[in-house]
Amino acid sequence: MNLSHKATIMTATEMNRALTRIAHEIIERNKGAKNLALVGIHTRGVPIAEHLAKLIENFEGIRPQLGKLDITLYRDDLSEIALQPVVKKTEVPFDIHGMRIVLCDDVLFTGRTARAALDALIDMGRPAVIQYAVLVDRGHRELPIRADYVGKNVPTSKQEVIKVKLQSVDGAEAVELLEIEQ
Amino acid sequence: MMSTVAATETTLTKKRHLLDLQDWSAEEILALFDTSDVMAQVMQRTIKKVPALQGFTVGTLFFENSTRTRLSFERAARAQSADVISFAAGGSSMSKGESLKDTLKTIDAMQSDLYVVRHAVAGVPYQLAKWTDAIIVNAGDGRRAHPTQALLDAYTFSREFNGFDGFKGKKLAIIGDVLHSRVARSNMTLWSKLGAEVSLCGPSTVLPKELEFAGVAISDNIFEAVEGAHAVMTLRLQKERMQAGLLPSIAEYQTRYQLSEAVMRLAHPEALIMHPGPINRDVEIAGVLADSERSVIEKQVANGVPVRMAVLYTLLVGKK
Amino acid sequence: MRTVIKNARLLDSEADYGLNDLYLKDGLIEGYNLGGEVTEGDDAAGKTVTPAFIDLHTHLREPGQEVKEDLCSGLSAAAAGGFGTVISMANTNPTVDEPGLVADLIAKAKAVGQARLKPAAALSHGLKGELLTDFAALKTAGAVMITDDGIPVADSHLMRRACEYAAPLGLIIQTHSEEPSLRQNGVMNEGMVSQRLGLPGNPSSAEAIMIYRDCELALMTGARVHIAHISSRRGMQVVEWFKEQGAPVTAEVTPQHLTLTDEALAGFDPIFKVAPPLRTQEDVDYLRDALKRGVVDNIGTDHAPHTQAEKEQDLVAAPFGIANIELAFALLYTELVKTGELSLVDLLKLLQSGPARIMNWPTPKLKPGQVADLVVLELEQSYPVEAANFKSKAKFSPWDGQKLTGWPVATFIGGKQVFQRDS
Repeated sequence: MNLSHKATIMTATEMNRALTRIAHEIIERNKGAKNLALVGIHTRGVPIAEHLAKLIENFEGIRPQLGKLDITLYRDDLSEIALQPVVKKTEVPFDIHGMRIVLCDDVLFTGRTARAALDALIDMGRPAVIQYAVLVDRGHRELPIRADYVGKNVPTSKQEVIKVKLQSVDGAEAVELLEIEQ
Repeated sequence: MMSTVAATETTLTKKRHLLDLQDWSAEEILALFDTSDVMAQVMQRTIKKVPALQGFTVGTLFFENSTRTRLSFERAARAQSADVISFAAGGSSMSKGESLKDTLKTIDAMQSDLYVVRHAVAGVPYQLAKWTDAIIVNAGDGRRAHPTQALLDAYTFSREFNGFDGFKGKKLAIIGDVLHSRVARSNMTLWSKLGAEVSLCGPSTVLPKELEFAGVAISDNIFEAVEGAHAVMTLRLQKERMQAGLLPSIAEYQTRYQLSEAVMRLAHPEALIMHPGPINRDVEIAGVLADSERSVIEKQVANGVPVRMAVLYTLLVGKK
Repeated sequence: MRTVIKNARLLDSEADYGLNDLYLKDGLIEGYNLGGEVTEGDDAAGKTVTPAFIDLHTHLREPGQEVKEDLCSGLSAAAAGGFGTVISMANTNPTVDEPGLVADLIAKAKAVGQARLKPAAALSHGLKGELLTDFAALKTAGAVMITDDGIPVADSHLMRRACEYAAPLGLIIQTHSEEPSLRQNGVMNEGMVSQRLGLPGNPSSAEAIMIYRDCELALMTGARVHIAHISSRRGMQVVEWFKEQGAPVTAEVTPQHLTLTDEALAGFDPIFKVAPPLRTQEDVDYLRDALKRGVVDNIGTDHAPHTQAEKEQDLVAAPFGIANIELAFALLYTELVKTGELSLVDLLKLLQSGPARIMNWPTPKLKPGQVADLVVLELEQSYPVEAANFKSKAKFSPWDGQKLTGWPVATFIGGKQVFQRDS
């Protein structure tokens, strides 16, 4: 599958700005950072959660709990796919019972990852609240799921791909719109 | 289809079966150990279940009784939400008038994706693999192979040995009736593949005469075998061996081959004590050693489930 | 009835008669290039005619195991393999240990009208290794050989008495020489390969020890002892040693032990499970060398058919035996003659004059007046083995699909054509 570059949706500065806004929104909605935990979904949700946690600590003086969630074992397509996803470790080093949890991911698309993440979290305990933060919402939902915090809404076609690049994973910082070449 | 998780797929999917460890690379095995870590996490949660294998059916075909191994596999399957059908049949199927192939075909009509096979005769998993489209996992065939036991043994060592930094330079000593032991056979294959040195020890009547393995030493002297070992594995002594004239008396065996504190003094100071179970207390191993801090015998049993979960996941997911 | 086979190369184990028209009359060879009226005629240009082969070691499974083979399928298979006479083994159900059973087999085989049958009779009642059978009565009924083949005679005293009793009767004792307490439950040769495969092994010493006992008893009693299916170098060396000392022993090898090794078991297919087991390449090389040196007296097929289902068992449950009589000659010709290891005439000796001499039967020759048991061979053409088309009920084979050269294309028994290969 060949992908061609179509447009840069967000620059590093714009991404930072969006995350700053989201951090404020999280604080506002949760009335501070008490009992707050940010859980990033592997792979790119993890640095986003870390980034948000740092911002929240700067604003509130309290560092929220941080976790990493691998949703592979909760995917709904494991019995039909042709390639095997690598299972990664879930690291949620705190009791999630009664916590206010913000799931973090880079792109919201069909909603299936979020569904899997919800199931995975709930199997670990009973949080007070689960909210959902994404850098980009590109539409095309297949499940009744929406994000509580969105960096940017980007209407896309199904032939398009959103590529979020993060310094710690990709060595660059940008959101790009790519197109599948026919 | 989930479209966000396309980047991290593995090459570990090409294996059709787990008949033995000969055709598994060290890399693939270490990746399987990483997956086992994730599965071990699941087994530590309050809710010890994930939906990963929903829609898959695992059949356990135990032509030879082994409740422990069967339970371990069934737990591994159910903890990932697979359906399980169990078939237990002792002895030859021909006594019921049907061939092994007939038996398999009957069970195959019930549509399993994978069979876990235990049989008293070597090679049966290979034979079944020829007759079905399903995946075959060998849960022990005769004296030939018991790959998941070896995997969980090596996994346990790698996670329990203090300051573990790889299998290179490590030494495993296996003591007992090596000749009739599928556990010994699979462990020697696996550990030498991972770069460890293996030394086999037992009375010469139950030691292989010749081996095609590099890096495996054979000795009838337990002190020689255990010296400097990082892991010492004793095998269950089958009482039938005495009747078969392979060994003199239990007393003689205890004197020469029991793993005792005196013998363990020759091992690496951090050496772990392993046993595939069930143990004959104070026969092949001094009871105090089996209960000591260096013993990881219970860990081996506990690790059986996550390692078998990883095996099932690895063999089933990504096959469609 | 008078038949002619035209333009055939005529060859037996004693002479090459060149190209001739061979005339058969009233069941006998009439002569060469006689001309005159014939009832039937065939052009055999490019083909070789030779006396039909003799197999001293065939399992026909009747009575009682007709699901594996019966006289009709087995003797048809023999004829299709170019064999004119076969000795049937006695390990049937019931075992052939009474004169009535011998007479029955002979009568039935006659009615079948394929290869000729000479039954062997059991050495002990029920092959139990306890009580001797009535050798003299069995001989009178038509038994030509005494053997418990399939089950080694464990009791050395019983074997001694059998030899003593058989010697004056002129009966041949054939032995399945494996020491049972040493071979134990071995399903294959004990060695590097059995160690690798984790299968219980049967050491060649089990064979060598028993061959030693049987040869020693032959020397002691003067009985004619025929050592069946020698599989190992050590076993063959024992026989050679006794032959040098003049012991009245003869040696047989089988096509499988000359062509397959224990590596064949690597795929865990019980089709390769046979007793004695397939040995190592070193053993195969030694047996082939023994053929060349003339210390082997005959090649016996040990054709041992089983049902496919019986062979679709685990390696311990599956029975011992390979069905091979239809391809035996082509296999031997391809592996031994075409490779230059053995001359065609030497191979013919092992299938014609060799077995005849063991049995004190007249040497099969293409001479006028001799019985017209003949096989027509196509020595130039190669065809794949098609087990599905076997006359034998065992329609599977270790060599299935393998291209072999030297197939029998027609077989005559008593001047009557009983087999014609479909082209």
